[in-house]
Amino acid sequence: MSRDFAIGGAPHFFPPVTVQRVMRDVLLAMLPGIAAYCWCFGPGLLLQIVLAVGFALAFEAVMLKLRGQNLRLFLSDFSAVVTAVLFALCLPPLAPWWIACIGMLFAIVIAKHLFGGLGYNVFNPAMVGYVVCLISFPRVMTAWLPPLSLADVPITFLDSLAAIFTGALPAGLGWDAVTQATPLDTLKTGVDQGRIVSEIRRAPIFGDFGGLGWEWIANWFAVGGFWLMWRRVISWHVPAAMIGTVIALGLIAYLADPGSNPSPLQHVFSGAIILGAFFIATDPVTGCTSSRGRLWFGVGVGAITLAIRRWGGYPDGVAFAVLIMNMAAPLIDRYTRPRHYGEGKQKHE
Amino acid sequence: MAQHLSAAARARLAGQRIHHFHGGLRLRHHKKISCDVPLERVPPSERLFVPLLQHGHSDAARSLVEAGQAVLKGEPIGSYCEPDTGYVHAPTSGKVIALEVRPIAHPSGLDGECVVIQPDGEERWTRLEPIEDWQHADPATLGERIRTAGLVGLGGAVFPTAKKVEGAQARGVHTLILNGAECEPYISCDEMLMREQPEKLILGARVLRRATAAERVIIAIEDQMGVVQRVLDSALKTCGDGAVEIVRVTTIYPEGGERQLVQVLTGLEVPSGGLPLDLGLLCLNVGTAAAAADAVIEGKPLIERIVTVSGSGISRPRNLIALLGTPIHDLVERCGGYRGDVQRLVLGGPMMGYALPTDAAPVVKAANCILALTADDLRSPQPEMPCIRCGECMRVCPAVLLPQQLHWQVTNQQWEEAEEYGLMDCIECGCCDFVCPSQIPLADWFRYGKGVLVNRASEKRAADHARHRYEARQERLERLKRSRQDRIAEQKRQLKQSSEGKRKVAEALERARKSRGEDEGRSP
Repeated sequence: MSRDFAIGGAPHFFPPVTVQRVMRDVLLAMLPGIAAYCWCFGPGLLLQIVLAVGFALAFEAVMLKLRGQNLRLFLSDFSAVVTAVLFALCLPPLAPWWIACIGMLFAIVIAKHLFGGLGYNVFNPAMVGYVVCLISFPRVMTAWLPPLSLADVPITFLDSLAAIFTGALPAGLGWDAVTQATPLDTLKTGVDQGRIVSEIRRAPIFGDFGGLGWEWIANWFAVGGFWLMWRRVISWHVPAAMIGTVIALGLIAYLADPGSNPSPLQHVFSGAIILGAFFIATDPVTGCTSSRGRLWFGVGVGAITLAIRRWGGYPDGVAFAVLIMNMAAPLIDRYTRPRHYGEGKQKHE
Repeated sequence: MAQHLSAAARARLAGQRIHHFHGGLRLRHHKKISCDVPLERVPPSERLFVPLLQHGHSDAARSLVEAGQAVLKGEPIGSYCEPDTGYVHAPTSGKVIALEVRPIAHPSGLDGECVVIQPDGEERWTRLEPIEDWQHADPATLGERIRTAGLVGLGGAVFPTAKKVEGAQARGVHTLILNGAECEPYISCDEMLMREQPEKLILGARVLRRATAAERVIIAIEDQMGVVQRVLDSALKTCGDGAVEIVRVTTIYPEGGERQLVQVLTGLEVPSGGLPLDLGLLCLNVGTAAAAADAVIEGKPLIERIVTVSGSGISRPRNLIALLGTPIHDLVERCGGYRGDVQRLVLGGPMMGYALPTDAAPVVKAANCILALTADDLRSPQPEMPCIRCGECMRVCPAVLLPQQLHWQVTNQQWEEAEEYGLMDCIECGCCDFVCPSQIPLADWFRYGKGVLVNRASEKRAADHARHRYEARQERLERLKRSRQDRIAEQKRQLKQSSEGKRKVAEALERARKSRGEDEGRSP
């Protein structure tokens, strides 16, 4: 007897990878860096992550509902969570709660959904949210804490909670006493004041290469990044090109004028270079898509970051560099299309 | 001969270095399950349903028989309108009991006309005409035999072999590649053929070498086919001619794709839109070569093929020699029937095969594998997500395309861009589709896009043709007009010049004057 079957398109195989898995891997890969961050700077980051994720999911749900999309499917893809965590990593640990709200509003509603949602956004949502907050609220966005090992009074979990939601610090402490300039900031102001780098670096907030604490966080993010490469979630092109460019350009500047330029390793291990190279500039949606294009994208982000650090108004420039390169990505893609199989080969008639 | 190959390329070719192609997938083979049991010939079913539409490279064949007519085994029962596509033959002797439209195995999923034969069980052959002296036969004779025997590519693409051979004869090839690298999981019909009928394959290789005048023949097998290598080596000793050699290539999907195999064996790329012939190469499947030996040496047309029946939904997976027209459910029964929750029946491999709506469909020349897949094997009905441009598709694409960009272009109907980005060079292997985290049916989109591009090209040709005709007509009219004017002017000039002409003009003027004078005289 014959039997009928339902039909379907090839390939007739179970899919090995899903968007959820990709995003989940990215989140898992950030865990070591996040843990190192909390170890060095206290638990404020965790609160920021919780806040940002909460707002992100809320905005995402509202926008999906308004756009008539499948709520369950897109909420469970973790893409909003990745955006939120990346954003939270950019915030000073004691930033007030409404920063996360405004940042996620711009990231999820404007940068992501108004451009068409997952897969269609032109700009990296987390960086849009961060840059909006940085420009609009420069004071709160630069109120960084010193590493725990240097802090006079350690800020506990409850202190952080109170500071984030009420703005109140533990009795007897003022914001000026609690916060401190970041190593990059210190370096920039120092150089602007005409001091030489080796002298500036004697300050206790500097570590072996970058900032004290920061360099270890960068290491752990790098570990996560390599794991992502091994999982084939990201390719090596962007991180290699970006870090390579920072080292190359940093080395040239350093050799030319070691007094006013930090060493290339100082560049790599401070600020957001490592986090950016592995987790931000590798965002596939807003970056370049061909391998050669990704190399150029990484080179661009690295070069612009260094330019901003050297000549710009901000101590770090990864976010701006990523957004600028997001704009250039389609153009780069246009000019970096690989020669496909058989293209340009002569036919012999 | 292919002089256009550089010396370096020829040297590389001779040096037999194995090259690489871009991307590809290392898939689980799933081949052993169907290779443990020897080949078995399936006796004729109660009814054979021979589809007149055997492949997509031409229209359906025209039936040469009528209901009620007796046929002999190997007798032509259908002929194609296009001359080089050959015939469809009766797979066994018996009676044609009907010509009817039935479900067939065809990617379109549409039903097709079948010749229904009731076998008489006697297997009486029609008169066979072996070409005894094939080693000295004229290549054209061999090509003609390959055509009349209805040979097509048995690797699944079913392109008429005679067309390929004629192309090779016309343009010259130096190397004939016999493709035994069946890289799709589960399919093992070529491996079993090479294991069990190595002599036939080698003879087929020599027949084809004679037919194409190639200098040498490479039989490409996968590096995991150790048994095949040994068997072929010993067969080469008994019936080889020194020009046939075996090359093992890495097992990586889609290594067995014609273009990838050429790249792996020679390091050269088949030109975009071209054929291996452009490099002086001809690729044929090993099954086709064995069929060529049957056709030439024994005079037997293509009426049967080896079919792998496999998958987790088959009780005893194995390879069967089945007559064309045998209903697929008979093959499945031969393998112990279905097992478990079979969700999909596929003709071909899991990467490029197509789903069959029913197992009543008969075996056709393209049927290299029947795959019964259970729910565990299949892609769970995951909803499709938007492309996140992760680029995994690009990493695995053996044609070095950017599927993520092509998908955008095809869905947005940007056809010029899609063409520029090489959509027509997509080999539809499905690698991109397989790895896509967003579950986008990329290969389906590309099949559709290629269809659109082909239609656009033919429309453009038609439009260009119409425009040329219009322009030519305008020019012709213009030319006629001009030549008429020239002729009149010339006549006038001649009239003026010649004395005869002058006289005529003077007379005419005189007449005119007179008549005017008369008019004036008459006037009041």
